[in-house]
Amino acid sequence: MSVLVLAESPKGRFKKAAQEVVHYGYQVAQMTGSECIAVVLGSADNPESLGIYGATKVMHVSDSSLDVFDTQHYIAAVKQIAEQVGATVIVVNHSATGKSILGGLAVKLNAGSVSGVNTLPVITDGFRVKKNVFAGKAIAEIQVNSDIKVLSLMGNSVPPVEVGSAAPVEVQTVTLPKSKTVVTGQNTVDGIVPLPEAELVVSAGRGMKGPENWGIIEDLANVLGATTACSRPVADTGWRPHHEHVGQTGVAIRPNLYIAAGISGAIQHLAGVNSSKTIVVINKDPEAPFFKAADYGVCADLFDVVPALTESLKRFKESN
Amino acid sequence: MKVLVCITKTPETTSKIAFTADNTAFSTEGISYIMNPYDEWYALVRALELKEQHSGTVTAINVGPAENDVIIRKALAIGADDAVRIDTDPKSSKEVAVNIAAYAKDKGFDMIFCGKESIDYSGAEVAGMVAAILDLPYFSFVSKLDHDGQTATVERDIEGGVEVATVSGGFVISASKGLAEQRIPNMRGIMMAKRKPLEVIAGQDVQEDVSTISYSLPNEKQGVKMIDAENMDELVRLLHEEAKVI
Ligand SMILES: Cc1cc2nc3c(=O)[nH]c(=O)nc-3n(C[C@H](O)[C@H](O)[C@H](O)COP(=O)(O)OP(=O)(O)OC[C@H]3O[C@@H](n4cnc5c(N)ncnc54)[C@H](O)[C@@H]3O)c2cc1C
Repeated sequence: MSVLVLAESPKGRFKKAAQEVVHYGYQVAQMTGSECIAVVLGSADNPESLGIYGATKVMHVSDSSLDVFDTQHYIAAVKQIAEQVGATVIVVNHSATGKSILGGLAVKLNAGSVSGVNTLPVITDGFRVKKNVFAGKAIAEIQVNSDIKVLSLMGNSVPPVEVGSAAPVEVQTVTLPKSKTVVTGQNTVDGIVPLPEAELVVSAGRGMKGPENWGIIEDLANVLGATTACSRPVADTGWRPHHEHVGQTGVAIRPNLYIAAGISGAIQHLAGVNSSKTIVVINKDPEAPFFKAADYGVCADLFDVVPALTESLKRFKESN
Repeated sequence: MKVLVCITKTPETTSKIAFTADNTAFSTEGISYIMNPYDEWYALVRALELKEQHSGTVTAINVGPAENDVIIRKALAIGADDAVRIDTDPKSSKEVAVNIAAYAKDKGFDMIFCGKESIDYSGAEVAGMVAAILDLPYFSFVSKLDHDGQTATVERDIEGGVEVATVSGGFVISASKGLAEQRIPNMRGIMMAKRKPLEVIAGQDVQEDVSTISYSLPNEKQGVKMIDAENMDELVRLLHEEAKVI
């Protein structure tokens, strides 16, 4: 019996998501009196480092064909390792990769699955986890009844903690099905924390008047080291790229800090951001519905407030 | 080109969410339903565009009770040729997927489209499950898809960007924003939808490997603290000392 976690290594590097999933698996293993084993697919720098977050062993399937993501390959590889180590709980991140394989893994392992889990399981009475439903308007407690359980872990839900040291790494080979797909290209922006992982997010809406004004939002985001986001109409009109669109029909996020400038706070927007720990709203309309969902509000023209906030933050960063 | 589009219904986005007295079930009282936006706006419309380009058929499928016929008729009004409803009230993603796969298995569909997730439970699991059951390639969060009759080129969202891949033979996708533009059904479409075939098939029971125990509402916010626009140092202090987020 063991807990198996998939530690993603995009471009060979582990990010916070990998630390989170390993540490989550470690805590589940502590609870169930088993061990947490990490599986790593494709090239990865320092796989032994996953021991720091609680993995007792790392199964490294270093086959370079796993450097490109193919759903069927990833499912086959994780399934084989899961069977090999007798995993009863398998955890992946609720990331593009994790979400893509969760359902397929559940089918192939004949397991029950829950996606977007944001708490550790409670195992006193069955195996129960929680997740947000109805776009964050409610929380569901779900029991997994099957022997094998597959979960995807929502980012920023359970903080990773250093609990150990380097773990032994076993290099593994698996049999991959013949692929019918060919990955011909990848286009990713480096150096930016993807929205679902971001702890700090600066977001702006139609109140910005036009794409040419986004400099002040980027300046604020840069001082904070934050990721930028936007409301739906802003992405729809092409002012900002689609992947920045947050809300019910965009990305759902739960950063520590969400700063919203010139966004009215429509219910569909709130749906994707209301799990943020702290919300700051900058809007010149005192009636803007977003103020009701905010922790801090500034009711004034964003073209004055945003640069002033950036300056204050710069001073703060210099003196701290 | 034969495309199967999986559609589901979700509570309308402004719905007030409430539960039955013991908090074990979602209260449907006063809730109006819509077709899940990802299914309607992107999956269905792109399927129709590909059919218009290459000829063929678009079939809409829903796993659910008779009241879902309204949503299915809407898919027909937007342009699907025919529709199937698997008559069962599914309790899990797997139940939906097993039923869709059982139907699709020997019908020779070239492609199966789902939305990227339903906006109520946000599972994002059905499409991947259908693909796994049928052993077909699967592309999640597809924001662009072209087909030359032989080979499809898909662009899918990955963390911080997109990945482009080609595939020949059958496959499954989940559709995300950008794949197509929403189409509003016109009067003619609505009239025609009434005469288009909607086949109802008995569903399969699937062992319930997950069950919802209870629902709760998130903690209410304490109330907003308004900060003077002239005093951003105060906001920074609060974010640091009170909220402890910077
Ligand atoms: C099915 C469905 C799904 C949807 N999904 C989403 C979704 O996922 N995400 C999403 O965001 N929306 C979504 N929407 C759209 C949503 O209903 C709103 O229309 C949208 O969020 C509004 O965007 P906005 O706040 O940027 O613009 P607006 O509502 O136009 O608000 C602009 C705000 O800026 C303020 N403002 C203007 N100028 C200034 C200034 N100089 N200084 C300070 N403040 C200023 C105004 O007071 C106003 O409050 C969805 C709608 C539907 C029907």
